[in-house]
Amino acid sequence: MQLFVQQIVEGLASGAIYASLALALVLIYRATRIVNFAQGEMATLSVYFAWQLNQWGVPFALSLIIVAAISFVMGALVFRLMIRPVLGASDHTMVVICIGFFIGFEAIALWFWGADPRAFPRLFPDAVWTIGGVRLSANNLGILATLCVLTAGLSALFRFTRIGLAMRASAAEREKSPLVGIPVETMLMLGWGLAATVGFVAAALIAPALFLSPPMMVSVVIYALAAATLGGWDSPTGSIVGGLVVGVAESLCATFVGFIGTDLKVGVPFALMAVILLLRPQGLFGTTAVIRV
Amino acid sequence: MTDAVLQVRGLRAGYGSIRVLHGIDFDVEDGAIIALLGANGAGKTTTLRALSGMIPARGVVKLDGKDIGSASAAERASRGIAHVPQGRGTFMDFSVEENLALGAYTVRDKAAIRTALDYWYGVFPWLAARRNQPAGSLSGGEQQMLAIARALMTQPRILMCDEPSLGLSPTITQDLFALLARLNKERGMAILLVEQNARFTLSIAHRAYVLESGEIELQGSAAELHDNPLIQRAYLGI
Repeated sequence: MQLFVQQIVEGLASGAIYASLALALVLIYRATRIVNFAQGEMATLSVYFAWQLNQWGVPFALSLIIVAAISFVMGALVFRLMIRPVLGASDHTMVVICIGFFIGFEAIALWFWGADPRAFPRLFPDAVWTIGGVRLSANNLGILATLCVLTAGLSALFRFTRIGLAMRASAAEREKSPLVGIPVETMLMLGWGLAATVGFVAAALIAPALFLSPPMMVSVVIYALAAATLGGWDSPTGSIVGGLVVGVAESLCATFVGFIGTDLKVGVPFALMAVILLLRPQGLFGTTAVIRV
Repeated sequence: MTDAVLQVRGLRAGYGSIRVLHGIDFDVEDGAIIALLGANGAGKTTTLRALSGMIPARGVVKLDGKDIGSASAAERASRGIAHVPQGRGTFMDFSVEENLALGAYTVRDKAAIRTALDYWYGVFPWLAARRNQPAGSLSGGEQQMLAIARALMTQPRILMCDEPSLGLSPTITQDLFALLARLNKERGMAILLVEQNARFTLSIAHRAYVLESGEIELQGSAAELHDNPLIQRAYLGI
């Protein structure tokens, strides 16, 4: 029982990271109908910036804040320079562009910082508490708390602010939004910026455990894709729940399902994806378009 | 004419290489309801889309005497062109209240938004009762009313409605046209009304233009056009 609860705790912590990255993917998908599987690579590059600033003597916390802002600008620029000109192009074009991003961003990281893994400082203290035999580390709790803050912040932005409403409208109704005076492309650009920042948070949370290297986020993106598919690509709530479910499922399967173990656990997200696509293709929280005349 | 809210000269527009409008001229005077009639494919919707900046167009479009030809769709909206597009003019997945808030996007004054909101909740009490429901769950007629309310959350100079009667029952169409006539009378709202339903339209419009294959074929007062045998045969089924 203790082991079971322990594995759920571990699963929730890694799930929170998948959820954050999935949230970034969903933000982009909602805004521009693109599955940006280079999101992880962009995030890795951001973490390198933070690492570099830290190396140059900038206090760690400050470097994280600066890079959160830089990530926002980077995401906005990527949209402005490379997505906007082909907005409305076919899915194939978008896939090829994302492959380009994937290779490009990883190459940039490789070019400047090489392939050797670098240690990235922990964001949270090393403290561990034991409650009823279950170990709760400050790191795991910190990761979960970060996800909560991120979620609360974003949902407040989207629900209660004028700009959040305009961003949602631009994503949902690109044709009609200009008719009420919303500069749609600016809103989509903000969406990309926001997603890049959220992606950076996910990568910064996991970097201490994985060590910082150019392909660091490749496997994480797979889990995030599974999380977004599970939750529904048009639902931020879905991506959070999806991420946590994928994390817990991975952790439990690795421990309790004999033939999976740590070697095969990367198969868990694929299995979840396959099942959800068969049973409920729009995802748990996704919607199919309902048209009423 | 000097008191025209909207002046259109030589408007040409189309989609890609397909030309739909071949240079049309018309005016919408302040406080008037102007109808744009015509068969399917005549270019009525294209005219509105060109005017609100949804599609690129050539020619001169003046709002209150100022050329707005180079303004983006969002800029035109904030300058006072309110376009209710064809079909579902609402933001379907958004609640009634969010739709109205979106309509007021260009208004910064919170008190003015509140006043406009209260005004519309007064006109349509059922809107207030369903303020948290998604617009997509309303009936077709209710959605059309909401779309008009949304478009008028700002104080636009001109309201352009694209076939508001589409898919509505005759009774509801009647209500809708009564609303448009009332807005025109009470608030002096200039309205450019695109319709296939010529009978209803001519009953509330002051003047009308008949569009055919991207050109203005006929124009005149609503009464003149109503008595025109050509119109009677082609559009009124008399």
